[in-house]
Amino acid sequence: MIYAAGIDVGSTQTKGIILNQDREIVARALIMTGANVTRAGVNCFNEALKLAGLEREQVAYIVGTGYGRYKVTFGDAQITEISCHARGASFLFPNTRTVIDMGGQDAKGIHIGADGDVKDFVMNDKCAAGTGRFLGSAAEALLLDLDDLGPLALKAKNPVRLTTVCTVFVESDIMSYLAQNKKVEDILGGVHSAIAARTISLVRRVGIEPEVTFTGGVSRNIGMVQALEAKLGMKVNVSPDSHYVGALGAAIFALERAVTAIGEREKTAGVEAGPHA
Amino acid sequence: MAKPAEAVKTSYQGQMHLLQKDMMGRYFERVTRCAEQGEGKAVYMLISGNPVELVQAFDLVPVYPEIDALQLAVKKAALPFIQKAEEIGYSMDNCAYVKADVGMFLGDRKTPFATIPLPSLILCNYVGCNVYLQWFEHLAEYCDGELYNLDIPFLRDPSGKPTKADVDYVVRQLEEVIEVLERLSGKKLDWAKLKRIVALSSETGELWSKIKALTKNVPTPYDAYFDSVTMMAPLYCLRGTEDGLKFFQTALKEMEEKVQMGAGPLPEERFRFVIEGPPPWPYLRTFRDLFSKWGAVAVASTYSTVGGLWEFGFKHDPNRPLESIAEHMLEWNVTNRNFLQRYQQIRRYLEEWSADALVIHSVKSCRLFSAGQGDMREYFTKELNVPTLLIESDIEDPRYFSEAQLKNRIDAFFESLEHQKLVRQTKAAGGKA
Repeated sequence: MIYAAGIDVGSTQTKGIILNQDREIVARALIMTGANVTRAGVNCFNEALKLAGLEREQVAYIVGTGYGRYKVTFGDAQITEISCHARGASFLFPNTRTVIDMGGQDAKGIHIGADGDVKDFVMNDKCAAGTGRFLGSAAEALLLDLDDLGPLALKAKNPVRLTTVCTVFVESDIMSYLAQNKKVEDILGGVHSAIAARTISLVRRVGIEPEVTFTGGVSRNIGMVQALEAKLGMKVNVSPDSHYVGALGAAIFALERAVTAIGEREKTAGVEAGPHA
Repeated sequence: MAKPAEAVKTSYQGQMHLLQKDMMGRYFERVTRCAEQGEGKAVYMLISGNPVELVQAFDLVPVYPEIDALQLAVKKAALPFIQKAEEIGYSMDNCAYVKADVGMFLGDRKTPFATIPLPSLILCNYVGCNVYLQWFEHLAEYCDGELYNLDIPFLRDPSGKPTKADVDYVVRQLEEVIEVLERLSGKKLDWAKLKRIVALSSETGELWSKIKALTKNVPTPYDAYFDSVTMMAPLYCLRGTEDGLKFFQTALKEMEEKVQMGAGPLPEERFRFVIEGPPPWPYLRTFRDLFSKWGAVAVASTYSTVGGLWEFGFKHDPNRPLESIAEHMLEWNVTNRNFLQRYQQIRRYLEEWSADALVIHSVKSCRLFSAGQGDMREYFTKELNVPTLLIESDIEDPRYFSEAQLKNRIDAFFESLEHQKLVRQTKAAGGKA
């Protein structure tokens, strides 16, 4: 059995996926990236190996992706997360034409052609407004757990209008709404709606064509899924593996290369062992 | 998807580079002598459509605060000056060229490349940028130099042509400038000399446009962005002089030889791109390597037409010296052109220079020129189906350069271009992608 791995070293979390040659996911690993990026990649890979019950030597090819992709020093190749997210999203939802990815510090939109290739992409500029970090700041200001934000936001009856999507100033904005005795769920409703609007206007630059697949860590947040759907007026694909899409795409690239390399090796070996040998 | 190649360090330093170093070294020595020994008088000008011929005709010293600012950035000396300007109240969002220059100007004006003289005349020759206008007004506040603001009408007609009234209006102002220069230099304008200088400019412009046409070759003999900047300083500081002419004769000969040999700036030319916007001077080499590693080379750039656009047929005319200087200022530089003309210019580059893609480098501290670049990107991707990458950093302020983010976008862009290329090649070969 051929195995291949994708390691997505993100700004906040590192994700790892191991696939078998039938393109089945045999392990998913997730750890915090922290300060030592190289170690994060190694630890994540080791964790995935443990979960899959595999030895290092059994994995034929490894692709690193994400900001820390060049720190995946044990990997065989590096591919940007744009290509990997496109690949992973098309794998999970083959009719995907638009990918909305929201990570810790990045928001991006990818337009995919009918052939599954990246046609165009756009990313947020040097500003974390409207990314996962914005939700993190809101959670800190409200003393909530990140995972509680989405479900609470869904309870909003009169979502507030946030005047900022600035990750730095959101805390003071929230404080001022709290001082006005606004309900936490209404504030969160406003937070989600503001990020969804900001992200959609970013993604519109590459054009939003159905189907839309939502990936990255923030896709686990049900409040954000619904805020995007409400603003787009269409259903958004989300998979339980949406968080791992970058690593999954990297693992698919890795598997393809492993299969090609092994095929060529066998072909060469076949020639050598042929009748003229 | 092929594995990205290892970074290719471009170490080419030909005769042109050496000559540029020597000539610009002498230019900065002249600037320093003007500052330290009072040898000659300095005239400050802006690059955009600069009328350097008039300054040369009076043997005055042309000084470009933009060149000083970018030299500070290249020498990694800009930040303390930027911070100094911010201390006295210039905003974080203010043009970083202005801040670096003002910070330097308010000190002893000593830089790693020259001592910058105080200006006798501050000749604001470009008003398309309101910030630039105020920059020169500020400099006039900070010293005793005389200020003259040339009002150059923006090209507002969709045809992209100035009217006769526009040309007359600028010529009338140039005549006033001549009166100021006569008073400052204490001598009357020698019209025969001006005509000789304009003739030299004409010849220089023609050589430059021939050099620019050479990048239509595959491979291109030089990078039309990163190597063009080497030729731009002589074009502005030495245009209208024998030295300037000699420089462009040498450069043309060298580049023609490279075409003959089939030599380019990279070992392998895999992608040809057109680039819009000025480069990030504090990290020029790093920025170049981000493209080189993909075998990507610029075949045309709008930035190299800021001071003048010669490759589409413009020539200074010694028989109409002031009129042709006015036409240069009005029509034949990218900065005074409207957006539709900028689109057309880029489109011609893409088609006539056979480019694969467009890269837009947006400048964080210049909202004026970056404002329409989102639309520009949309026009080229959606209307013309040209792969277009929009990236952002700054011309001067090192704090806006994020290598990881730029690298990510550039890698992703060329990764997908490479994949598309592979698919096309496989299809052409009759195979399955």
